[in-house]
Amino acid sequence: MSDFCLEGENVHLWRGDHHVLRGVRFQVRGGECLQLTGANGAGKTTLLRTACGLAYPEGGEITWCGESIRKDMQAFHAQLAYLGHEPPLKAELSARENLEYWVGVRRLLADEELEHALQRVGAQQWADRPVRTLSAGQKRRAALAGLTLMRVPLWLLDEPTTNLDAEGQRLVGALIAEHLQAGGLALAAVHHELAMTAGQGLQRLELTVA
Amino acid sequence: MRDSGTMGTALRPAFAAGGMGGSAVPALAAARLVLARDLKLAFRKRSQLVQPLAFFAIVTTLFPLGVSPELPVLRPMAAGVVWAAALLSSLLALELLFRDDAQDGTLEQYALSGRSLTWLLAAKTAAHWLLTGVPLALMAPLAGLALGAPGAAVPGIVASVAVGTVALSLIGSIGAALTLGIRRSGALLSLLTLPLDIPVLIFGARATELAIGGQAYGVPVQLLAALAVLGLTLAPLAAAAAVRINLE
Amino acid sequence: MAWTWFHRLASPPHIYRIAGRLTPWLGWPAAVLIGGGLIGGLVLAPPDYQQGDGFRIIYVHAPSAWMSLMVYTTMAVAAAIGLIWRMKVAHAVAASCAPIGASFTFAALVTGSLWGAPMWGTYWQWDPRLTSELILLFLYLGYMGLRSAFDDVQRADRVSAVLAVVGVVNVPIIHYSVVWWNSLHQAPSVMRLGAPTMPPSMLVPLLMMLLGFTLFFGALLLVRLRGEVLSRERSASWIREALHP
Repeated sequence: MSDFCLEGENVHLWRGDHHVLRGVRFQVRGGECLQLTGANGAGKTTLLRTACGLAYPEGGEITWCGESIRKDMQAFHAQLAYLGHEPPLKAELSARENLEYWVGVRRLLADEELEHALQRVGAQQWADRPVRTLSAGQKRRAALAGLTLMRVPLWLLDEPTTNLDAEGQRLVGALIAEHLQAGGLALAAVHHELAMTAGQGLQRLELTVA
Repeated sequence: MRDSGTMGTALRPAFAAGGMGGSAVPALAAARLVLARDLKLAFRKRSQLVQPLAFFAIVTTLFPLGVSPELPVLRPMAAGVVWAAALLSSLLALELLFRDDAQDGTLEQYALSGRSLTWLLAAKTAAHWLLTGVPLALMAPLAGLALGAPGAAVPGIVASVAVGTVALSLIGSIGAALTLGIRRSGALLSLLTLPLDIPVLIFGARATELAIGGQAYGVPVQLLAALAVLGLTLAPLAAAAAVRINLE
Repeated sequence: MAWTWFHRLASPPHIYRIAGRLTPWLGWPAAVLIGGGLIGGLVLAPPDYQQGDGFRIIYVHAPSAWMSLMVYTTMAVAAAIGLIWRMKVAHAVAASCAPIGASFTFAALVTGSLWGAPMWGTYWQWDPRLTSELILLFLYLGYMGLRSAFDDVQRADRVSAVLAVVGVVNVPIIHYSVVWWNSLHQAPSVMRLGAPTMPPSMLVPLLMMLLGFTLFFGALLLVRLRGEVLSRERSASWIREALHP
């Protein structure tokens, strides 16, 4: 398989007096998807943000391919795509324009790629309408299209199936499965199990509230 | 940059070469894209751009109403009034700089883009100046004329306000970045930004005053330019640090 | 070897103990110096031939003004250390400095105003130094306001640290521009606060006051720092032992 590997070793993080992450350990390799489960407030989002370097742990370390992510944050970020709770789309631009800018800041985007990604998520019909006219599910699909266009090995997803219907949830599962097959890895905070068949490199990590 | 030998070479076609050292999009191109996007977005919400200018006009009007309608009384303080009004309007306009992007997660994406956040924020500040500073520089001579300035002063007023607002946008970007997460931060933002703006006010008002008096205003404008250059080198750095802290 | 010292310095219980022990070593000499300086300046030094006895307020004004700047610099340096090396104690030091510095600034403004009043006939003039002090007071208030706007102490620390560093870079720029502004309008020299030329009998008490104020700041800082450390660490276990030995 590939050599990509994201590891968290004994990660501790406090928010004020609250000990959110208490010695968390995880390892995700290329071709694997780690699902973070747990109740609200258990620290799933915090762990995701720590894994991508936005949050700074008080103890422990996150390593990417054997090296601490702190060593060269920009290079590490160039290898990951993060999708938070809210899709990062500007309301006044269309989905297509949003993706042009969002992905374009990171890599040269060819028109055919963009078209293909929009088709994949079923966005042909509404890709040119302003995002403020779209439903929450459509916005989520547009964000997923952007994710696939990033062409990066590491995906960090915070509840990727929010606002999606059953078909949308299958789409998420399919996209992640394709990504894993190409050798990529994913870390996803979820409330329900992802719609992927087990044995496709799925792992689980349960976080608990302190 | 890291040695790429450990990467699975079979995966290279699937994942962008932009991951390692050689960026697919160099910093300047990314910055230009951010600038273009901000300009396009502002254009789609044109009405928002008018508000700081209307505020500028209203504040300027307050002084004749509060002091005296006589131009000989107003002319000596015209420069100061124009600049005080410009400072306050630019404060108002700071809302446009980061707030939207912070709320919808765009700023977070910039921080995670693998590009230098400093450059991207500098691009946003440049867009901000084009959208607020330049219109202010074009409106300022009207305020000056209304307060008794002679027509010959117009180029000087435009020049001083145009250069000064560059510094104001840059200094303001620091305050805006610091107060990103704070609700109803208007008063605090003013308290943080206005003391830092004072040198700009002093040099700018002096330049405008000289222009109104028909004298050479080169020296204060150069001082303004020096402040702008200093701001250009330091402000985006400070703003990027503040943004990252607020994203933690 | 040196690292263990540095890391122990960063440990809150250690800081709490050291601060407690050091305070009298700063406090008593400060009291002696200030006492001596006041006697020397208010009683023993001869009256100035130009300003009469009015100039004596300089023995409080000048040290206050000097301290207002020194404390800001200390605050900015501590904030920078906390920012770069992520030392909580450094941030606590910066937080402790701010109200002390603001008080010194306020004292400088009040004494400056009192000093100038007999000469000016009013309680305020836009003297360059007083104006700079006023702007410095706004900088302090902004810093304290920014801190209090965050519930999360860690974020308050780090955000205000950026502000402190930006501020300290700007202080000389602001001061220069204010002096420039003032010089443009050629106010008569009686409008400016000026120190009289100083023979040793005047200078020595002034230096004593300066040093005394510095030590006083140090003692105050340590006292506030202990309080700051206690409040930040209130849920930690070492607190109980420290308070009930």
